[in-house]
Amino acid sequence: MQAKPLTLRILDIVSIVLLAIATYLALVFAPTELVMGDVQRVFYFHIGTAWTALLGFILAAVFSVAYLVTKDLKWDRLQVASIEVSLVFFLITIVLGSIWARPAWNTWWTWDPRLTTAAVTELIYVAYFMLRQGIDDPDKRARFGAVYALVGGLSAPITFFAIRLFRTIHPVVIGGTNPEADGGFSMTPDMRVAFFFALFAFTVIFVDLFWNRIRLGDLQDKVEQLKLKLSM
Amino acid sequence: MFFQEATPDTSGYMIAGYVITFVVMALYVASIYLRSRNLNQDMDTLHELEETAPPVQTKAPSQARRNSSRPESNKSAKPVTKKARRK
Repeated sequence: MQAKPLTLRILDIVSIVLLAIATYLALVFAPTELVMGDVQRVFYFHIGTAWTALLGFILAAVFSVAYLVTKDLKWDRLQVASIEVSLVFFLITIVLGSIWARPAWNTWWTWDPRLTTAAVTELIYVAYFMLRQGIDDPDKRARFGAVYALVGGLSAPITFFAIRLFRTIHPVVIGGTNPEADGGFSMTPDMRVAFFFALFAFTVIFVDLFWNRIRLGDLQDKVEQLKLKLSM
Repeated sequence: MFFQEATPDTSGYMIAGYVITFVVMALYVASIYLRSRNLNQDMDTLHELEETAPPVQTKAPSQARRNSSRPESNKSAKPVTKKARRK
C-alpha cells in the first residue's frame, strides 16, 4: 500500500480545520439577514461550492486540451479527478440553491436561466461518466472523454454569465443591479469576511479532494496494467 | 418597528442545507477511501498471483520470428513439406 505524502496529510487536516472555521463564520459570526432570516446563511457555502465547481469544469477543459496535444494519459486522470470533485461540489450548489429558493421565491425549483444552465451543466458531466463507462479501450476512452469535456467546458462560463446576460430572478450579489432579481441583499463587512473565507476554504478543500482523487486514478491505472500483464 | 415586518424563521431550511452539505461531502470522502482500500486489496492479490504464477516459457528468438511470420490459425499446425503437398 502506497503511503500518503506528508503534504497531503497536512492538507487533509488543514481542509477540515478550514471547513470548521468557515461553518463557524457562516452560522455564528455573520449577522442574520433581516428579510430572509437564517436561510441566507446557506449563501456562503452555495457560492463557495459553485465557484470551485465551475473552476474545476474549466480546469478539466484545459486538461482535455493537454491530453489531445500530448496523448499522455496523465492528463486524462487529472481531467477525471477534476470533473468528479466538481460534480460533487456542483450538486451541493444546486441543492443549497433550491433550499434557499423555497422561502425566498416560494418554490423549490423554477426554470430560470441560471437554474436551467446549472442543471444542464450537472447533467452534462453525469453523462460524461456514463460515456466513459461504455468504452473499454483506455486510449479511446481518454480521447472521447477529452473531446466531450472540452465541449462540456463551455457550459461553465455560460452558467456563470447566465445571470448577467439574461433576464432572471436569480440575484447577482456581487456587482448586481438587476431589478428583476429576487432574494438579493447587500453584504455587511462581517458577511464579507464569512463570504471570502468560505471561498478560500472551499478552494483549499477542492485542491485536497482533487489530489486524493488523482492518487486514486493512479492506483486504478496500476491495477488495470497489472491485470493486463497477468492475463497475457 | 410598526412598519417593519418581523424576520421570518427560516432556520429549518438553513439546518437542512448544512446537513445535506456535510452528508454529501462525507459520502464522497468515504467513497474515495473505500475505492482506494478496495484497489489496494486488488493490488495485493494481483501481486500474490504474479508471484505464484509459473514463469512464462520464452521461445528461442529464431523460432519466435518464424512463428510470428505465419498466420495465427497455422501456428499450431506442422509446417507443410513439399512431400505432403504432392500427396
